[in-house]
Amino acid sequence: MFAYIIKRLIYAIPIALSVTVVSFVLVYLAPGDPLNAIAPADAPEEVIVALKSAYGLDKPVPVQYGLWLLRAVQGDLGTSIASGRAVTAEVLSAVSNTLLLAGMAALGGVLIGCILGALAGYRHGTWIDRVATVISVIGVSIPHYWLGLVLTIVFSIWLPWFPAMGAGPGGSSEWLWDAEHLRHLVLPALTLSVIPMGIITRTVRALVADMLEQEFVTALRARGLSGVAVFRHIAKNTAPTVLAVAGLQIGYLMGGSILVETVFAWPGTGFLLNTAIFQRDIPLLQGTILVLCMFFVVLNLLVDILQPLIDPRIGRG
Amino acid sequence: MNPQFTKLSRWLAALPLALTLHSGLHAETVARYGISMADIPLTTGQPDRGAGAYQFTGHTLYDPLVAWEANVGNRPGKLVPGLASEWKVDAKDNKKWVFTLRKGVKFHDGSEFNADAVVWNLDKVLADKSAQFDAKQSAQVRPRIPSIASYRKVGDYSVEITTKDIDALFPYQLPWFLISSPTQWEKMGKDWNKVASKPSGTGPFKLDKLVPRERADLVKNTAYWDKARMAKTDRIVLVPIPDAMTRANALLNGQVDIIETPPPDVLPQLKGAGFKLVQNVTPHVWPYHFSTQPGSPWTDIRVRKAANLAIDRSAVVSLMSGLATPAKGQLDQTSPWFGKPAFKIGYDLPAARALMAQAGYSQAKPLKAKVIIAQGGTGQMLSLPMNEFIQQSLAEIGIQVTFEVVELENLYLHWRSGAKADMNAGKGISAINLGYVTADPFYALTRFADSRYVAPNGVNWGGYNNPKVDAAIDQIRTTFDTKKQDGLLSFVHQSMVDDALMLWVVHDVNPHAISPKVKEFIQAQHWFQDLTTIRM
Repeated sequence: MFAYIIKRLIYAIPIALSVTVVSFVLVYLAPGDPLNAIAPADAPEEVIVALKSAYGLDKPVPVQYGLWLLRAVQGDLGTSIASGRAVTAEVLSAVSNTLLLAGMAALGGVLIGCILGALAGYRHGTWIDRVATVISVIGVSIPHYWLGLVLTIVFSIWLPWFPAMGAGPGGSSEWLWDAEHLRHLVLPALTLSVIPMGIITRTVRALVADMLEQEFVTALRARGLSGVAVFRHIAKNTAPTVLAVAGLQIGYLMGGSILVETVFAWPGTGFLLNTAIFQRDIPLLQGTILVLCMFFVVLNLLVDILQPLIDPRIGRG
Repeated sequence: MNPQFTKLSRWLAALPLALTLHSGLHAETVARYGISMADIPLTTGQPDRGAGAYQFTGHTLYDPLVAWEANVGNRPGKLVPGLASEWKVDAKDNKKWVFTLRKGVKFHDGSEFNADAVVWNLDKVLADKSAQFDAKQSAQVRPRIPSIASYRKVGDYSVEITTKDIDALFPYQLPWFLISSPTQWEKMGKDWNKVASKPSGTGPFKLDKLVPRERADLVKNTAYWDKARMAKTDRIVLVPIPDAMTRANALLNGQVDIIETPPPDVLPQLKGAGFKLVQNVTPHVWPYHFSTQPGSPWTDIRVRKAANLAIDRSAVVSLMSGLATPAKGQLDQTSPWFGKPAFKIGYDLPAARALMAQAGYSQAKPLKAKVIIAQGGTGQMLSLPMNEFIQQSLAEIGIQVTFEVVELENLYLHWRSGAKADMNAGKGISAINLGYVTADPFYALTRFADSRYVAPNGVNWGGYNNPKVDAAIDQIRTTFDTKKQDGLLSFVHQSMVDDALMLWVVHDVNPHAISPKVKEFIQAQHWFQDLTTIRM
């Protein structure tokens, strides 16, 4: 088991390095000029040249990458071209907001997904199964952007129960666990939760339905085990797959929240990424992409480590 | 003791208490403003993100030497004294301008505004070697004050600025140049990034709170020097909401009180819910800027004129749900520089077809042209639907347009490079669609009409060359009489229209939607809006 964990940790290093290369280089491949964020469109060449030099953009890309990586491993992701603020601080603040949003969405999505999936799997072929399937298909295929707008129109404008935007009263994102802040969280979290809910419903449904036809379940029942005890066995066997899927979903939520955060002006990584793209703010864009990718890498690593703890056969494999 | 005196003394004793109670009862008036930007513009002095940003963190926190009158809505504004109470050109050397500075003006930090502060600020953006030089602020304002060659203090309240050439339009450049406090920069450890969260100007508002990307609280500067421009609201909270639909929803939900650029299709809902739409003539035009370089299909003036006559602009306005006005030239007709063009721009299909026939084209034998357009972005209005409309309209007179669609940032590269550049002419691109700000004579006219401003010297994109216009521009630069200057500018505009330099479609109206809680908001005919006019 220990060797397995070490092996996974070693595998993570080249992945992390590739992530830094990709997040750095991809931004350069995108069309447009980062200096448009800080210089007027008709700025003369002398101004552009001076700015390139001031922001180190005049150096060859490999040199820029080396310098950036050196600073990044020390926790310094540079300074935002557009705002002049430290990228690390900007990204960490946004990450905390997105984690909150993604966490609530994942919690809701995984819980509802597991319940719906288990019900559908147990009642395979019945109306419950069909309803759950329809809900999961809608969850997977509905555009976030559209759902967010519909929820806002219904629950912010027609029924003014929840705010239409922001992470706190008056545009402030200083998070507090009070009713006012939680009201801001409801609609974006609900919008974001439908995808994990849909995917996990489908996964759990398929797993449970398949499990129920397995010989070991028939054997357990033949031995006179109660329904709850059988369910416990099924849950234990489905858990590694559900965990892997849920882990990936949380990763997707971190990066995939861009549209939801834009619709709700939620000051998380998605909103930050959108702003950085819009402003061609290269350091901010690179920093945000890097943190999101690293989040994915770490999450996968955690899932890889947790899976054999639940199912020792994986570690041995 | 006299009983009346006793009564009076009791009243006097109670007065401080009454005043205290009154001030306690006086609730702070707050206007929450949903702005279309993704972040609060730079707060150190020179706002980034273009002309529109000056209304938020420019002319609120700071003042220029020469200001633009932005608290009138029923006529175009004009240059008015700012921190300079007057300015005049040296009669002997027309390159020298002397600015008399206002006395008794204090920065928000309490330090005094004087000639040293002006010179220090000019160094801030123009002198690369000065300690206070800020590349980012410099990038914002340097292209907007291109005429300055040198400057010096000539007295505690007097500054002399020398221009590179004689430039009678120079004062129009100065509303872009804002004065920040040297003392505050020192206090903040000479670090502009720190100044950003605690800036100090002389403006009608002070910055109370800044949460990057989320909000900026501007509070009324009760000691503001210009009593005529004293803020009517105690606090203005700027909330960046880049998505137009989210902005509208926030207004409908009551989270903000005023928004800029509501999405056109939400207007009926906003109006139905009791919200008011405010709009005005705005110095902006949405055109196709033609290339007149050899090989371009637009070199024939008959084709350019025909294109201008083929567009039903009222239909474009309808497409924008009324958030536009038809263009009859580069400028709106209310402009003092509109002039009297002989070519009347309008919708006249038979005349357009006749011109095309004279040029040798028809629907059966169409002229083909490639236009580079943006998929969207600031100033581009409803880029794709509007371009499709133009495409269909031009097809009706025998002009077959194809598009090269790029991101706005990319479009700027094509723009700066000029029509002749390989990235344009080499790809067959013969016109560019880019929304232009037309706020002053340079921005509206000379940068597009002067043949000496062809790339790489400027943005006369298509290479327009009219010797008479060049001569008029030379005269404008040396004419200090405003009336004569306006006459010459009118001639330049007339010539641009008569030569059909562009296909002018519509002007933006810079719409704002406001809640019934907002009692007053004067929308100036400009991108510089005066937030002191907001009254709750």
